[in-house]
Amino acid sequence: MSAPSNRITATFDRLRRQGEKALIPYIMAGDPSLAETETLVVALEKAGADLIELGVPFSDPIADGPVIQKAAERALRTGTSLRGILQSVKSLRTKTQVPLILMAYYNTIMAMGEREFCDAAVRAGVDGVIIPDMPPEEADSLQRTSAEKGPCLIFLLAPTSTTARKAEVIKRTSGFIYYVSITGITGAKLRDQDSIKRNVCALQKKAKKPVAVGFGIATPDDARQIAAFSDGVIVGSALVRKIEELQHSPDLIHGVSRFTAGLKAALSGNGSK
Amino acid sequence: MARVPLKKSRFGEYGGQYVPETLMPAITELEHVYAKLRTDRSFQKEFHECLKQYVGRPTPLYFAKQLTRTLGGAKIYLKREDLCHTGAHKINNTVGQALLTKRMKKRRIIAETGAGQHGVAVATIAAMFGLEAEVYMGTEDMARQALNVFRMRLLGAKVTGVDAGSRTLKDAISEAMRDWTTNVRTTHYLLGSVLGAHPYPMMIRDFQSVIGREARRQIMAAEGKLPHCLVACVGGGSNSIGLFYPFIKDARTQMVGVEAGGMGLTSGKHAARFAGGVPGVLHGTMTYLLQDRHGQINGTHSVSAGLDYAAVGPEHAMHHDSGRIHYTSATDQEALEAFDLLSQEEGIIPALESAHAVAEVIKRAPKMKKNEILIMNLSGRGDKDVNQIAQMRGIQL
Repeated sequence: MSAPSNRITATFDRLRRQGEKALIPYIMAGDPSLAETETLVVALEKAGADLIELGVPFSDPIADGPVIQKAAERALRTGTSLRGILQSVKSLRTKTQVPLILMAYYNTIMAMGEREFCDAAVRAGVDGVIIPDMPPEEADSLQRTSAEKGPCLIFLLAPTSTTARKAEVIKRTSGFIYYVSITGITGAKLRDQDSIKRNVCALQKKAKKPVAVGFGIATPDDARQIAAFSDGVIVGSALVRKIEELQHSPDLIHGVSRFTAGLKAALSGNGSK
Repeated sequence: MARVPLKKSRFGEYGGQYVPETLMPAITELEHVYAKLRTDRSFQKEFHECLKQYVGRPTPLYFAKQLTRTLGGAKIYLKREDLCHTGAHKINNTVGQALLTKRMKKRRIIAETGAGQHGVAVATIAAMFGLEAEVYMGTEDMARQALNVFRMRLLGAKVTGVDAGSRTLKDAISEAMRDWTTNVRTTHYLLGSVLGAHPYPMMIRDFQSVIGREARRQIMAAEGKLPHCLVACVGGGSNSIGLFYPFIKDARTQMVGVEAGGMGLTSGKHAARFAGGVPGVLHGTMTYLLQDRHGQINGTHSVSAGLDYAAVGPEHAMHHDSGRIHYTSATDQEALEAFDLLSQEEGIIPALESAHAVAEVIKRAPKMKKNEILIMNLSGRGDKDVNQIAQMRGIQL
């Protein structure tokens, strides 16, 4: 049922061989504009991003905290749409082969149509999609479509997930498992690393698929500690906040690069152990 | 392909469980707990006892003699949900869910509110059952329903303003879902309408069906026959489905749901999902939504905060497609005229939400025969709207 292997799997394989952990920054596509998103993606890769998540702005993002909500509002104000984002990905593919993953609420995909979305995403060069409001219960139809040519459908697990749900997600996810570190929304504070560690290690043992951890990872220190036991870390709100601060500044690209390089340095120090 | 759980969460193609993974275990727990309680005698007995003693049920089915004479057509009966404790049908559902919260051993409830009627019902029931309550409300709604905000606070609930997006009901629901995601282990989300992920739409319909069961019994006692037509306003759609559901198999009883026409359907400033919407997914459920072609949810407008929402309950979406229920709309202006008419003809000040149903009765009843019966759900009383109406007329209270 997994989508054909692609840049995501290849990247995790390469990192594992090199004893490294994946740095997965999240930015909101279209914040502050799609042109700047394209520049940011190239800069993020240069600064050490191994995979990049592009948020698709949605008017009612129930899984997101205020930082990403506001970023979505900014992106929507400049007219960002899923089709526009796919255009940007297409043009990015002439410049970079970094794995690109969309994080999209289901309604934006449904409005385009599942079949058309999968075709257009793969054609543009999207490798994976994460849909925070589509649990396995609602995934059958999109999964059948994406299983043919892609993109990878990446499922989430949370601290509240039961054993049965974990087994279901392990079976369905392709690319990696997105482990939500906290019972909460994006941008919340990280707590209780021991229990995250226990959960992630248990998952890795069962899944034999990479497990990346997201929600609440804000600093190089957070990243180092979580990467010590996971296959990768996703940094969203902290980076999006940086973009918010610098959106009108000539220092935008430089500042975001520096922040990302700091995260990468923390992971590399860890990976070489 | 294995399913967790088996798919029984749909009304036709609508409904479902589109929520973040973090919430899924709580949704599944709710589904299991409710599946048991639905047929549990002691639960049902406790529920109905509370409806009787605390809510004041059964509410009267009142023959509106003046209005009937003025409109000169069908015999008009009003189901007086405005006489429920707290002044609207909303309390029926909160009693049911509060009892369920206790059975799940959770101590905290959260809720969204638009007009404030659900918020007041939640605050009330939380006080009575000794639960901690937090109510999310868009700041725009807080401004137009200041009285209900104060009532909630008097009852001991925390009211939290939501300043995101359109600052109305849709944003209050999003914020309540975020709170629930964060505090899911200790908190029950007491959703106020037949919206959200399964089992909410079914469960809330069940709790509100007491309206239709009583009305059916009462009209049989009064007239010895079933009504020809039922009319109710449709925001999320809980008062309407509550009245309609027990009649749904009575093929000869017509049903009319009235959405908020706002400033008119062509103005784009309305909340008539069946007039301008297409199927999509919002707040956990697949249903008709007012959205743009990219799937972004549109802003809505209605003079009544309780109807001002971009989605409609999934069960309504199914009945819309099958044609079992007919959906229409009333504009702000029509609702305001209906508000005056009912106040002055019957001495009953309706909620602005219910005034939309009255507006449809004004159009429909004169075209019906004198021996035909129409039941309208008077879902709430209008005290909460008096300030807003005065303001609109330039009167300082």
